[in-house]
Order: sequence, then structure tokens, then C-alpha cells
Amino acid sequence: MVPQAWYLIVSALLFGLGIVGFVTRRNSLVMFMSVELMLNAANLVFVAGARDHFPARGTACALFVIAVAAAEVAVGLAMVLALFRLKKSVQADDVRELRA
Amino acid sequence: MLSERTAFLVFSAIALIGAANVVTRKNPVHAALWLVGSFLGVAGLFLTLGAGLLGAIQVMVYAGAIMVLFLFVILLLNLDVTEGDGLSFARGASFLAAIATLALVALPFAQSRELRAAATPDHAAPDASAGNVADLLFTRYALPFEVVSLLLLIAMVGAIHLARRPRRDESV
Repeated sequence: MVPQAWYLIVSALLFGLGIVGFVTRRNSLVMFMSVELMLNAANLVFVAGARDHFPARGTACALFVIAVAAAEVAVGLAMVLALFRLKKSVQADDVRELRA
Repeated sequence: MLSERTAFLVFSAIALIGAANVVTRKNPVHAALWLVGSFLGVAGLFLTLGAGLLGAIQVMVYAGAIMVLFLFVILLLNLDVTEGDGLSFARGASFLAAIATLALVALPFAQSRELRAAATPDHAAPDASAGNVADLLFTRYALPFEVVSLLLLIAMVGAIHLARRPRRDESV
């Protein structure tokens, strides 16, 4: 059996890549994709952590995360669409009305 | 027959290479396609963990539904690929945050022999089959299940309202 620690390391790497993508990219679509990467990393921890003692609970929790991610993507992409109608751009830097 | 360890290494390589390309590709369509690869890698990792149901759901919901949504929006917007450079400060800070995350996970394992050893599985525990997961969802996790269904309804209404084309007599 592969030790759980390996899964946690892979998950940390995925999460780290998600952070880097979210902070460095300015395209709001790619920023959303990075958030999805981080949610996936969280799912991996749920399932890996639950493997040895209560596998069914790990899957159930990961299912909730997937449902929340689906809701987040639906609303987020609708916001990107609304933003694009307003600004003709999806670059996060182009939305600066609230900046002092 | 592929050993479990080989499968783990192959699937994590797919997931990580996909993720690295999502972050680095300039074209959002390429990023979305690499994201599909990353999702499939994670689905494979779920399989090696004995969570076949979750692997299937991952392929259907993430690699299927969510990615189609992404690609559909990208095609709808008909974007050009130019993107302003991120701030160099943000870039440095994000790499620091990523390394800190990794270190927080890796350090305890590097220091402790017990954590590195594979735990002995509890064979009496219910496995992650569809039946057992459904039992949990409708008994122990019934309340979160209902809350999530409500959340999905709210998200649907909100998404329709946000993406709706405003009427002419209405200011946005």
C-alpha cells in the first residue's frame, strides 16, 4: 500500500500550484481554474486521510466539495460573463473601480 | 498487472504536469485542456485509494460538466490570448506561499518515522462503495446533503440572474 504521506505531498504540490496560478495569473478564467486545482487537492486529502479507517466518509465529504465547486463555477462563470459585457475583457486588472 | 505504487506515480505525474501547465499556458483554452488532464490524474489517484465511485464522479462532473462549462464560456467570449504580466511582487509572494504549504505538510513526515509508515487498514470499516456512501449521505450526512442541494438551487438561480442579458429599459 502506498503510504498516505505520499498522497498528502502530491496534494500539497497541487495546492501550491493552485496558489501560484491564482496569484500570478490575471486572466479571471485561469484564476478560476486554479481554484479548482486547490479544491481538487483538498478532495485528495479527504479521501487519502479516510482510506484506512472510514473510507466511505472520505468519499461523502469529497462529494460535498465537488457539489460546492460546481456551484462556485456556475456562479463564477456567470460573473465573468457579466464582467465581460461591462468591460469587454476578462482580465482581473481591468476591474479597478473600487481602487482609491 | 500494474502495481499500486506504479499507478500512484503515473497518476500523480499526470495530475501535477497538468496542473503546472494550467498555471503556465498563456492561452486559456490550452489551460482548460490541461486542466482536464489534471482532473483525470486526480481521478486515477482516487481509484488507487479504493474510491472508485469518487473517481467516476470526478470524471463525469469535473472533467465532463465543469470543463464543458469553462470551454463554453471561453468560446462564447472569443478572447484574444494577450494577458498583462502579473506583478512581480505577487509572483514572489505566491511562490513563497506555495513552498510554505509544501513545507508545512512535508516537515512532520520528514521528522516522524510513525507518520511515514503505512497505517494498518481497518478492514471492519465500511468501504467506499456506492451503497455505503449512499447510506452515509441519507443518515449521518442528511443535513449537509440538504444544505448542498439548497446551495445548488441558489447557485443556479444566481447564475441565471447574473448571466441574463439586461432588458433595454433596465440599467444593468
